[in-house]
Amino acid sequence: MSDTAVDTDEADQDVPKVVSSRFDVADGHTLDGYTRSGSFEGYAALRRVLTMTPGAVSELVKDATLLGRGGAAFPAGVKWGFCPPGVWPRYVVVNGDESEPGTYKDRLLMERDPHQLIEGSLIAAYAIGAAQVFLYVRGEMPHAQERIAAALNEAYEANLIGKNILGTDFSVDVVLTWGAGAYIVGEETALIESLEGNRGMPRLKPPFFPAAKGLYMMPTIVNNVETLSNLPWLLNHGVAEYRSIGTEASPGTRLIALSGDVERPGVYEVPQGTTTFRELFESERYGGGIRGGHELKMFIPGGASAPWFFPEQVDLPLEGRVVGGEGSMLGSGAVVVMDDTTDAVRACLRLVRFFARESCGKCTPCREGTVWEEKILQRILDGQGRPSDLDLLLDVADNISPGPYPLAAYAEADLEAIPFPPRQTTICPLGPSSVAPITSAIRRFRHEFEDKINRKDSIPVTSAGMSNV
Amino acid sequence: MARLTPDNLLLARKIIARFPKPRSATIMLCHLAQEQDGYLSEEAMAQIAELIGATPAEVLGTASFYEMFKMHPVGKYCVNVCTNISCQLLGGEELLEHAEEVMGIRSGSTTEDGMFTLEDVECVAACTEAPAVQVNYRYFNKVSPEGFDELLEDLRSGELSRTIPPHGTLGYVRQDLDGDRIANITPPSQQVEPVWFPDGDSDEGPAK
Ligand SMILES: Cc1cc2nc3c(=O)[nH]c(=O)nc-3n(C[C@H](O)[C@H](O)[C@H](O)COP(=O)(O)O)c2cc1C
Ligand code: SF4
Ligand code: FES
Repeated sequence: MSDTAVDTDEADQDVPKVVSSRFDVADGHTLDGYTRSGSFEGYAALRRVLTMTPGAVSELVKDATLLGRGGAAFPAGVKWGFCPPGVWPRYVVVNGDESEPGTYKDRLLMERDPHQLIEGSLIAAYAIGAAQVFLYVRGEMPHAQERIAAALNEAYEANLIGKNILGTDFSVDVVLTWGAGAYIVGEETALIESLEGNRGMPRLKPPFFPAAKGLYMMPTIVNNVETLSNLPWLLNHGVAEYRSIGTEASPGTRLIALSGDVERPGVYEVPQGTTTFRELFESERYGGGIRGGHELKMFIPGGASAPWFFPEQVDLPLEGRVVGGEGSMLGSGAVVVMDDTTDAVRACLRLVRFFARESCGKCTPCREGTVWEEKILQRILDGQGRPSDLDLLLDVADNISPGPYPLAAYAEADLEAIPFPPRQTTICPLGPSSVAPITSAIRRFRHEFEDKINRKDSIPVTSAGMSNV
Repeated sequence: MARLTPDNLLLARKIIARFPKPRSATIMLCHLAQEQDGYLSEEAMAQIAELIGATPAEVLGTASFYEMFKMHPVGKYCVNVCTNISCQLLGGEELLEHAEEVMGIRSGSTTEDGMFTLEDVECVAACTEAPAVQVNYRYFNKVSPEGFDELLEDLRSGELSRTIPPHGTLGYVRQDLDGDRIANITPPSQQVEPVWFPDGDSDEGPAK
């Protein structure tokens, strides 16, 4: 088992490691290791928090503009404030279900620094007045489950969790639980359904915003693993130092999983907004260039659900608002690079197949539509496409996510806009997400589809590419 | 063998006690039964239903939503090859084809000797280590066709039996949370505003 490349360049002090400082500390996952390493003693932030009022902790997190790292980039402090006053109990749910294709960071945080996550979860629980914390890990990650279980056992033993934490009135339980294989359970309301022992099908928002009506219909704060892992550093170093990293609108860092056709794929902690995609792909510090000296064809800036970007967008910074303004999203910090040897139809089919397989089946446009999208793409790839197929494909897509509407950036580039953020005829954004690869690929590489339909192209039929529907 | 052993029954009761409502333990109990038997049997689901106050159909209804639960015996080792985008770009689909060839089965089936079940799976969060393979959910990174052959050999010879448990077992370490450690886990209807939380979300003073 080879180890994951993580950015462990100690000499480079210009970028502080907010969440990944213990990734290369051999025993960083133990209480002992956690206490000894890092810029502050382990659980120093919790001690500090316990001398503050819960309201002051929330205010501090709000002032820091700690944006959610699970995909939607909603400010954590603001979300915490949505718990309706006087309604008890409240719960904290930690979303460790990481399964957006291309995304690989929460697993590292859970395996290599579980105490940082636990400390962050306790801080959130204190700030909102939670009765209990549920740490929901993806089912297929037993190593993360083990590491967290061991860390929780140590923390209970050390009186950092449980009754009268560190001799104060603050008491809260943290319970580890996990899923059993379903991408959709990463969606917060589906996660709550799963935690209630049900099929992981999303609830309609409104009215079921978790902060108001979440677990057992009680106020529930769902936060991503990386979001909460930022809290110990933020509380130790303060708002000013936190805000000195990144940009005004998006302070702090992000863990970016850089995968696909680059020389040095890896998980890198980068300051938000000050690094460009070009730097990420080409610099020696990060990607080290496109693999084998090839040219960049396209890239996904934020996970399978994000519309694709193209070479003219490599000079954009990794900043949520900028990427959003260009019609895509930074999403879950998953950057997938595709070089000029990539078959756009094949890549598109693989992404669409993911959504078809993972649709929970609750809404018709998604359940039926994603399967149709997959079937049509499969037959195009297999050389069985019909001339009307592209229109049919776009029509099916339009039923799931009506569009397009114009976006300035696309108009300038003489491209029609991809409807983003997607409009939806569905309960959750999964169905509409399947449209992103389709519209991205067709608008840019229509000729590749047409060549296949007109059978000018060689036809790579692989058994792996065969539809399972 | 399908009912929980006395030890596992004890464990099941402890797990249930960690949740404000028993039904929240459904998935964890299904995992426990699958750990014991290698798959999730009808008898196990019926017993889980008794334990949490649900019907067997409700437990099946939940369990059947989740891919990890196998309603029939599977191979000792589930070999999952990721073919999603990052792995596809670096040969995940070709690796799956290779696997089908050397194992002599199609994805989704089990070898005759009951050793292996092969599946092509969605992203397993190892995208920078593509192509990625999981065996009973343990990771193998950057797997080449030759590396895959060696992996199968090591699994067959028992070389990896220490690091890779039989199908069903996930983490070796469990959370240890018994009666006297629990601070306050009760049904939501019995919960009130925490004593340490200042009234009306105001700034009344710290926890101490
Ligand atoms: C289809 C879908 C899948 C999602 N998967 C995840 C996931 O695996 N992990 C995650 O943290 N958030 C995921 N999210 C986002 C969550 O719904 C939620 O916004 C997030 O956990 C909130 O945490 P944050 O505010 O800290 O980012 C997903 C959303 C959707 C629509
Ligand atoms: S959009 Fe798809 S995944 Fe989301 S609730 Fe509807 S059917 Fe389920
Ligand atoms: S795409 Fe294969 S592990 Fe993520």
